[in-house]
Amino acid sequence: MKPSTNIKSPGFWRLGEPFVWLTGAAMALVLILAGGMLVVVAGNGLGVFWPARLEQFEMKDKTVLLGAVTQRSAVRNGVAHSRLQVKVGNRDLSGADFRWIDADAVARTSAPPDALLVERREFGDFHGFLVRSATAGGVDGLRADWLRVRAEFAGVAELGKAVSKINDRMEGIRRDLLRLRYRNAPESGSAIRGCLARQAELKVEFDRLVAGQTRSLEGLRRHTATFRDAAGREKEIPLTDIVRFCQPNILGVGGKAGWYLEKVWELFFAEPREANTEGGLFPAIMGTVMMVFLMSLFSFPLGVVTAVYLREYARDGWLVRVVRIAVNNLAGIPSIVYGIFGLGFFIYGVGSGLDRLFFPERLPTPTFGTGGILWASLTLALLTVPVVIVATEEALGAIPAGVRHASLALGATKLQTLLRVLLPMASPGIMTGFILAMARAAGEVAPLMITGVVKLAPAMPLDGNFPFFHVDRKFMHLGFHIYDIGFQSPNVEAAKPMVYVTTLLLLFIVLLMSSSAILLRNRMKKRYTLGSF
Amino acid sequence: MSDTPLILPIENPVLKVSDLHLYYGDSEALHGISMGFPARQVTALIGPSGCGKSTLLRCLNRMNDLIEGVRVTGSLQLDDIEINDPALDVIGLRRRVGMVFQKSNPFPKSVYENVVYGLRIAGVGDRAVLDEAVEKSLRSAGLWDEVKDRLAESALGLSGGQMQRLCIARAIAVNPGIILMDEPCSALDPRSTARVEDLIVELRENYTIIIVTHNMQQAARVSDLTAFLYEGHLVEYGPTKRLFTKPLSPKTEDYITGRFG
Ligand SMILES: Nc1ncnc2c1ncn2[C@@H]1O[C@H](COP(=O)(O)OP(=O)(O)O)[C@@H](O)[C@H]1O
Ligand SMILES: [Mg+2]
Repeated sequence: MKPSTNIKSPGFWRLGEPFVWLTGAAMALVLILAGGMLVVVAGNGLGVFWPARLEQFEMKDKTVLLGAVTQRSAVRNGVAHSRLQVKVGNRDLSGADFRWIDADAVARTSAPPDALLVERREFGDFHGFLVRSATAGGVDGLRADWLRVRAEFAGVAELGKAVSKINDRMEGIRRDLLRLRYRNAPESGSAIRGCLARQAELKVEFDRLVAGQTRSLEGLRRHTATFRDAAGREKEIPLTDIVRFCQPNILGVGGKAGWYLEKVWELFFAEPREANTEGGLFPAIMGTVMMVFLMSLFSFPLGVVTAVYLREYARDGWLVRVVRIAVNNLAGIPSIVYGIFGLGFFIYGVGSGLDRLFFPERLPTPTFGTGGILWASLTLALLTVPVVIVATEEALGAIPAGVRHASLALGATKLQTLLRVLLPMASPGIMTGFILAMARAAGEVAPLMITGVVKLAPAMPLDGNFPFFHVDRKFMHLGFHIYDIGFQSPNVEAAKPMVYVTTLLLLFIVLLMSSSAILLRNRMKKRYTLGSF
Repeated sequence: MSDTPLILPIENPVLKVSDLHLYYGDSEALHGISMGFPARQVTALIGPSGCGKSTLLRCLNRMNDLIEGVRVTGSLQLDDIEINDPALDVIGLRRRVGMVFQKSNPFPKSVYENVVYGLRIAGVGDRAVLDEAVEKSLRSAGLWDEVKDRLAESALGLSGGQMQRLCIARAIAVNPGIILMDEPCSALDPRSTARVEDLIVELRENYTIIIVTHNMQQAARVSDLTAFLYEGHLVEYGPTKRLFTKPLSPKTEDYITGRFG
């Protein structure tokens, strides 16, 4: 044997270099996929509200179009030429608000400075030019008129609130009557007669208010302005129909930013319009947040208590082991199965039972025996509870035995040890499970579709009418909203921007909820591991 | 000299163990131990690893209850209470017999809350009483000067030796008569060990202390009486000085001269 004098480098393979590369590549791939999706959503979603330049296309066949270019694509069938997709608006005049045009067919393109973008309550945007308004002075006159009408219109909307209040009270009396009659109260008795009298009173008030409202609306609708589209057709638009307008081609950056912020504000705080493709997402945001909140209310305590039993009290036998395996597997069941279970058990079982017990007079109209935010939340709680259980169990299991023994040796009971030492120490781990559960619940759609989500909810689960939180109501949800406007909408092109915006918003909300939970968890972690109080 | 008993009888013991057998499932870990522990003295339990020192100690405050499959026979008398009585209020017992563990185990709470933990769970909520107990216990544990300005800070920020003394303070805050210590210094550096040993000698004034140690110098330094256990049997029990200088049993002699263990 000759002793080797030079120690050779172990070489590329022996150092395990390929493995490092493999792991790095896997991480890079994941980052690219997730990042790519975010970039696409953000890129498309963030630009939606920026008012686009309106271009006027004079075609070779003498037609004229005014619109914003939304897409360009190169088509190669034989000869290469490019096509443009233009949002021309004016759905009521020309039928479709998007057009594909051949770049070759365009004779002249210009950006007329006085081109108007008018957002309307109906028929989408109007692209065109102002012909005349009641107050002279061009666009400024139009703005003055419109602001005045809008102020009056707000007053009429106030009336609408009063109408809906009366409506609610009448509904209450209708239910009282139903109950009385169900209990066979005498028709001539004071109870029923009182109800009928109050109903008649309210009806008079209701009719009066509605008539007043209709009258004011009709009066307001007489204020109009006349516009002209690019082809020269005139269109008279009531000012009450105009949501907002601008001249994007001469609007400065400040003005555009103002428009943008206004639209974002509307998105967060206004009701949807035009089959959900326009306007705000307030009910869907509220629905999503409240559903997640309600879900947490069920899944969090249930999960933690179950885990505490499994880890601290149950004898570690085959039964506990089977339960543990079952719990772990619960997380893998397709969510639609939970939905069907929720429908069968909560809605048809528990809900119908509640109806038969407490609201028999309203049957066959169901109260709890139909989808609602309560049942949807319970279904999702069922779906997320395994995550909370597993996380809590692991957090409890990771606590050193010494701490338990110290507490017990000081004369603490098992419960005291649990409440004062173990649960606080496990709280960061429990929070982690909770964050995962919340994120999952916020993004889940399939089980909601059959347990209470609707396209357009007439009333929100939370409002100013007693008892304020109506857990039996159906609700709107951002995830379902994406599916609905993206795939169920008659006007797919018009809905597309909203799909991106809604997706962005859902991501944002999930991020907001989980990052606040993470923040909370980090504070707990600091508190229960090292550092100061 | 030859009539000195192997196992010293104790007059008026606070704790009296009679014919104690302990089984982990089917294996017997303590084979009939009988001995008394005198009041306000330090008794050291020594013996090779696995001889049953910790097991015996855990019998005295029923911490063995936490281990599944443990069976104990025989009698353990604290004053006139039978510790082994299944109907005994274990919580009350543990308040009278405190325990300090090998590995310091402070709660992830403030220094203050650690000390008052035992009082709080006993239902004491009076701030003045708690404040007083904190100062008294921390002073007794020789920790007051070091932590009096950081009572509100997390106990996990203390050094290893401070943590162990905090655990001692926590144990004496509930005012037990007896303190059990299971190798309280084995995870500490020599300086901290010396501080804890001094503390044990001071605490001897007011408490009955039973300490498990496999460090014979330590036993010699801090204890009044020493018991030598071997394979679950009590081999020899007597005054520390005598036991270390003139052991009666050849097994004891072999152990203290370092021939095994
Ligand atoms: N939880 C337990 N389960 C089963 N056997 C145990 C347990 N704890 C200790 N033993 C056994 O009991 C004997 C005494 O252990 P222990 O009291 O820990 O010894 P020491 O503290 O003197 O080192 C050893 O043989 C050990 O294996
Ligand atoms: Mg031991």
